[in-house]
Amino acid sequence: MSSTLDALINRPYEYGFVTDIESDALPKGLNEDVIRLISKKKNEPDWLLEFRLAAYRHWLTLTPPEWANITHPKVDFQDMVYYSAPKPRKKLASMDEVDPELLRTFEKLGVPMSERKALANVAVDVIFDSVSVATTYKDKLAEVGVIFCSFSEAVKEHPELIKKYLGSVVPTADNFYAALNSAVFTDGSFCYIPKGCRCPMDLSTYFRINNGESGQFERTLIVAEEGSYVSYLEGCTAPRFDTNQLHAAVVELVAMDNAEIKYSTVQNWYAGDENGVGGIYNFVTKRGLCKGINSKISWTQVETGSAITWKYPSCVLIGDNSIGEFYSVALTNHHQQADTGTKMIHIGKNTRSRIVSKGISAGQSNNSYRGLVKVGANAADARNYSQCDSMLIGATCGANTFPYIEVHNSSAKVEHEASTSRIGEDQMFYFASRGIGAEEAVSMIINGFCKEVFNHLPMEFAVEATQLLGLKLEGSVG
Amino acid sequence: MISSSSKIILEVRNLSASVAGVGILKGINLTVRAGEVHAIMGPNGSGKSTFSKVLAGHPSYTVTGGEVIFQGKNLLELPPEERAHAGVFLAFQYPIEIPGVSNSAFLRLAYNTLHTRRGGEDLDPLEFNDYIREKSKIVEMDPSFLDRNVNEGFSGGEKKRNEILQMAVLDPTLAILDETDSGLDIDALRIVASGVNRLMTPNNAVIMVTHYQRLLNYITPDFVHVMRGGQIIKTGGKELALELETRGYDWVHA
Ligand SMILES: Nc1ncnc2c1ncn2[C@@H]1O[C@H](COP(=O)(O)OP(=O)(O)O)[C@@H](O)[C@H]1O
Ligand SMILES: [Mg+2]
Repeated sequence: MSSTLDALINRPYEYGFVTDIESDALPKGLNEDVIRLISKKKNEPDWLLEFRLAAYRHWLTLTPPEWANITHPKVDFQDMVYYSAPKPRKKLASMDEVDPELLRTFEKLGVPMSERKALANVAVDVIFDSVSVATTYKDKLAEVGVIFCSFSEAVKEHPELIKKYLGSVVPTADNFYAALNSAVFTDGSFCYIPKGCRCPMDLSTYFRINNGESGQFERTLIVAEEGSYVSYLEGCTAPRFDTNQLHAAVVELVAMDNAEIKYSTVQNWYAGDENGVGGIYNFVTKRGLCKGINSKISWTQVETGSAITWKYPSCVLIGDNSIGEFYSVALTNHHQQADTGTKMIHIGKNTRSRIVSKGISAGQSNNSYRGLVKVGANAADARNYSQCDSMLIGATCGANTFPYIEVHNSSAKVEHEASTSRIGEDQMFYFASRGIGAEEAVSMIINGFCKEVFNHLPMEFAVEATQLLGLKLEGSVG
Repeated sequence: MISSSSKIILEVRNLSASVAGVGILKGINLTVRAGEVHAIMGPNGSGKSTFSKVLAGHPSYTVTGGEVIFQGKNLLELPPEERAHAGVFLAFQYPIEIPGVSNSAFLRLAYNTLHTRRGGEDLDPLEFNDYIREKSKIVEMDPSFLDRNVNEGFSGGEKKRNEILQMAVLDPTLAILDETDSGLDIDALRIVASGVNRLMTPNNAVIMVTHYQRLLNYITPDFVHVMRGGQIIKTGGKELALELETRGYDWVHA
């Protein structure tokens, strides 16, 4: 590879700063007392403490999954802080009371936290290390009956909903990281869209890990009642540390009859440096339940950050005629590793799923798609279409696809297509010989390659995603 | 034949180049004037494509000696995209496929980049659509090829036509056509050749790399050069091509 492509892929991470803010953090380590302390700090009801402890006791019996195509040193779960909150933690009456240092942080990150200044019609919940620091547009949403608040607040204000749905999609025993999250989660977002409501604005959560030793374990729960619609956006960044931080979130979505949830993520956690030092371990469980008939859940993700991504946003299609979709761009560079994909579980009749996965690998990175399409015995006339395309930039990266298909109903139709292409010196020279420089060439190739996924992102996110991929690939070709 | 007083476009002096540490070009001399057509012939592996790519600035090839002056500029110090902006065009022997990028978007970006450089205006997609449909006629290309990804799934002949379409869009001062005729059936050859002829003016020039006399029946060369072992070992008029066709290359000596 000549230097132009390299220079193109290798732009520095621009969100790597640390905010100097006093925090209230627990010492490192995990045991039942730590869990009790977290629960107490958050003033939680007993049932929630019991939920945590049960999850913790189950977690102790589990071992980290080893089937993914990733390698990393063993994570020491005792060498990690499980609670870190910016001080002071008094109840905020308005946005104006947010610590100006925090506001500046999010300003720098381009997150519109101040309602008056927010350009886009997007309500934002902001999670800083372990806690939610602000939620915008709450009143406006309340007028139409939409609940959008931090998870902690939801536990207090809407305990019946939390009790009903928490762990209903991702049970505490689901997997190692989901169990850990269930034991120690500190905050997150809760959205409830009432019957027949088309949520008047996009809802968005912005996650920021600031403490170099804290893990981030947040919980998102979205419930869309009959005939409702919501579009939810998730963004994330972290400072640059030369140690690895663990991010183990759980996201649960529930869609009732004729409801639709569109969940979009642009993941830009710190990925480590060009030698693979530091970066976030992103071990996330995301699952949506299409519970009602004609319901629809659509995951769109653009994964560009993290040292390691282990993530399979899934849809369980229970309601007849329900639809699950997964549109993904996963980009890895340098020494990043991604093992990501989806699971589409067809249970109801006439259920449909569509998977479009675009993997881009550069540098020495490794990018795997892993997907399961499962059609149950009662899922008559289920349909799945999967397309997995890989693009390799340069000669030293790798891509794999691991499609698993299990069909137990003979009327089902499952289609899988895959392709691999490589961008190297010859492609770049072809562009150059037509007068097109490396930067524009890469952006054109990447945009062309990802078009189908970007088309599913909300406008502002699509623009951000395009720029982000351009940044991440600076210098990797030619 | 053009009078030798017309403007010199390209001056290659004693050019040597290597790839992966192996010397391929060993002292090439060539002068091309405005309005001229030069044919370069020679056995496989003699360095014709290497010469073409070195002129266009392929990064794999290292120039080890000599100089190349293009319209008064030292071509060798320009990166490939600037050589294109300056008016050098290479039609590839093996055109590259670009997945995910439509032919029309590719051509439009190439056109707009060049025209912005020359102080012109960008064409928006609609304006460009009209423009490119008109240009496509030069190579009798069906407009449906504009919506397909660059060269992806094109037949050999379609790729070569696409190269000439790109030439039409970029309107180069010096076009280097590397075996644009290979793999073409007689109809496609006629189309490509007439496309090139239509693009010729008294102010530009063409270097055609070819194995076959048959292309030269359509595009008449002013000079025919024989390349062998990385050197031009003989130069003649168009009758030299006929002689090569009947006698092969073995009789030619420096
Ligand atoms: N990228 C490359 N790497 C190694 N050898 C090359 C490369 N390109 C060309 N060569 C060698 O250079 C010589 C000339 O090749 P080429 O210029 O393609 O000849 P021609 O076009 O006349 O058939 C051949 O021996 C070929 O193997
Ligand atoms: Mg050749």
